[in-house]
Amino acid sequence: MSGSSMWEAVSGIIRRDLLLAMRRRSDAAMSVFFLVIVVSLFPLGVGPEPAVLRTIGPGVLWVAALLACLLSLGRVFTADYLDGVLEQMVLIPQPLALLVGGKVVAHWVISGFPIVLLSPLLGLQFGLSGESLGVLVMSLLLGTPTLSMIGAIGAALVLGVRGSGLLVALLVLPLYVPVLIFGAGAVTSSMAGIGGEANLSLLGACLVLSLFLAPWATAAALRIALE
Amino acid sequence: MLQAVALRCSRGERRLFTDLSVKVERGSLLAVVGENGSGKTSLLRIFSSLLPPEQGSVLWGGQDIHQLKELYSGQLTYIGHLNGMKDDLTPLENLMSAMSLAGEPCSNNGAKEALEGIGLKRPIHHLPSKVLSQGQKRRVALARLWLSTRPLWLLDEPFTSLDQAATDVVTQRLLMHLQRGGLAVVVTHQEVALPTEVVQRLRLMG
Repeated sequence: MSGSSMWEAVSGIIRRDLLLAMRRRSDAAMSVFFLVIVVSLFPLGVGPEPAVLRTIGPGVLWVAALLACLLSLGRVFTADYLDGVLEQMVLIPQPLALLVGGKVVAHWVISGFPIVLLSPLLGLQFGLSGESLGVLVMSLLLGTPTLSMIGAIGAALVLGVRGSGLLVALLVLPLYVPVLIFGAGAVTSSMAGIGGEANLSLLGACLVLSLFLAPWATAAALRIALE
Repeated sequence: MLQAVALRCSRGERRLFTDLSVKVERGSLLAVVGENGSGKTSLLRIFSSLLPPEQGSVLWGGQDIHQLKELYSGQLTYIGHLNGMKDDLTPLENLMSAMSLAGEPCSNNGAKEALEGIGLKRPIHHLPSKVLSQGQKRRVALARLWLSTRPLWLLDEPFTSLDQAATDVVTQRLLMHLQRGGLAVVVTHQEVALPTEVVQRLRLMG
């Protein structure tokens, strides 16, 4: 097994998933619209008081990003499971965890990265300052891949289970808590003038940890789902 | 050489088979026949390493396939009863991505020739797969056999929804594979039109 054939398989699956997303743009757009709508509801519900909006802003943005990510989890493996591609994935002559990594990367590019790009605009609705917006983008850039990584474990565990949408939320949301705390915390502390570096470092640590562990856990869950 | 030693398999509460031993030599084909629900597909999935047997083991060249892991995956082409293709991709894209996933990347032209080999004409290569008929989809999945260089083929009901012409070319392809020293395990409820000396039949009673 050579390094180049490994890379070929991983880049092949990333390319295929991106191509599929291009063919079904509405699917990917859905979670982004969900984010925009949820975030826009808060100023309408809470009222236009700038101080209040600024206080709840980071939390609202992060919770909405988390839910948008959760909504898209069903798409990671379900289609592959139903049409038999997953069987082929498990039978490749490369470690399955690498391929899972590739799938999660593609999932993040499709549903996580648009959230990062859109976040400064949404942050403006809550009157966040320029510096806080920067920290918000950074925190989402470090946090959303972690959400995809952790989410993939949940998505793999509930494959083939009835009512899997709700079940995956129950499984995954508790695991999202640290990311939410550090992510929203980074923005809040930068607004308070103490800088968000500490929280951002912790987010980075979460990302590294999930990059290292989640693909293996997901691969194991996929093998069980196919038995 | 593929060998099953004292395999046992249950699905749920039901015992499908027990103490099943069989040997497939190079250049021969094992046709697994039996009623619906008799465990044919489960046996094939055990051979593919997707499903671990409850007891017993499968040996490839004398070594347990669960120890060989990826090395064993590199020896086989598995086509299950699901076609493993995406409705939004064209047959050409489906075939090429399946081959690159399997670690045997092929060129555009190679893929086109394979599709033509199984009787899919060029205009069909660029249609979205969702407009194809069941038989055409099955042909796209089986086109992998024209590109595969792996010694072991595991096929689950390959002839389902194929017309006579396609059944014949797939059978010819199988024969060619066997003549080159390949092995095949085919789950089927139809007779495989191959010379009897290369076909070994295994009937599962369920």
